[in-house]
Amino acid sequence: MKNEAIRILQKKNKAILESWMKFQLLDEGLREDLMSNDDLRSQSEELLSALTSNLNDNNIEDAKSMGFEQVNDILASVSISRAKQGFSPRETGNYIFSLKNALLEILQQEIKDPQELYMQSIKIGKLIDSFSIDTFETFLRGREDVILRQTDEITEISTPVIQVWDGILALPIIGTLDSARTQVVMENLLQKIVETGSSIAILDISGVPAVDSLVAQHLIKTVSATRLMGAECIISGIRPEIAQTVVHLGIDLSNILTKSTLASALKTAFTMLQLQVTRKNVTNLN
Amino acid sequence: MEKIPILRMGRLLLVTIQVDLYDRLAESLEADLVQMINKTGARGVLIDISAVSIIDSFMGRIIGNIAAMSKILDAETVVVGMQPAVAITLVELGLPLSGVFSALNVEKGMELLRSKLTNMERNVDGSDDGSAE
Repeated sequence: MKNEAIRILQKKNKAILESWMKFQLLDEGLREDLMSNDDLRSQSEELLSALTSNLNDNNIEDAKSMGFEQVNDILASVSISRAKQGFSPRETGNYIFSLKNALLEILQQEIKDPQELYMQSIKIGKLIDSFSIDTFETFLRGREDVILRQTDEITEISTPVIQVWDGILALPIIGTLDSARTQVVMENLLQKIVETGSSIAILDISGVPAVDSLVAQHLIKTVSATRLMGAECIISGIRPEIAQTVVHLGIDLSNILTKSTLASALKTAFTMLQLQVTRKNVTNLN
Repeated sequence: MEKIPILRMGRLLLVTIQVDLYDRLAESLEADLVQMINKTGARGVLIDISAVSIIDSFMGRIIGNIAAMSKILDAETVVVGMQPAVAITLVELGLPLSGVFSALNVEKGMELLRSKLTNMERNVDGSDDGSAE
């Protein structure tokens, strides 16, 4: 015997869609700026027809069964695309919950026996709840992907190695130095030293918000590695607060060349390379 | 058994390591080099490790040892051409090779050694003059 509710839902596909759309359009969280109503409708229609056509006696209580693969795929793509488009969790949740409302409304209209209606409502409710949880998980995963991608991008762009003079490299560090970033910074710097044959590297830490013992450890490591390569490393951009913390923490930076500004570091580098910067003699031109 | 050649260039010794070092080879290099410094009276040793892509703590220590031994025998050691990965590995192993001088390539290493030798000689001359006065 075919389940009463399933038969009704399959027959009333059209009505459910209308009711669902009505719920969605009434919802305050409707984001017409992110998705047009036509798109929303076609998306909803696709999901609903996948749901009702795959629904049968065996899988009505099991959202993870093979029969719902198509439904789960659609839900996953919907929630990931919503995460990327910037829908809020509430809006995404409401999308699925309004489907439940629509389904229950139709059942209510069609099933007259209260006992039967109750049983079927529970079943449908459980099924949709289970779908909602999946949707939510996928939504979060979509958001996490966005965050991960951004983190990668930040790491990638935040460590530029600049050649300021023939034989002098500068590396401005913006943001907190953790182990992973130090690794990237060190690799980039050493690679660039090899490429350009530079003998002096200036590490500018004016963009580093705070220096603790771990960050100092990372800096010392970078300087040691640079020295091993045969280049000298100058640390510049040390703010008074940082100098205070470093001394309070008892970190020994005495065998590292430190300068307060990039300009003075550059000056030191020029001296080391026996270069001299002189002002053009203007009077001679006249 | 393989042997790493030690070339003599005037008062300097040039060692180019073209293969990945394994323990026995490194140990024999250490012994050979010290013998060679003694025999030739070299004042500087230049070790080119640009072809070495893998290094472990033992190799790091051998390089440090060579530098320390040469120093006792009155010769400066310069390691040249270290690859970035090798440098990072050594630092992560906690072996910053503080007694060893390094240079980016052979040319710069030679320059460094020569200037060190000239400085040393000048200092020796200077102190001689000082004592004479």
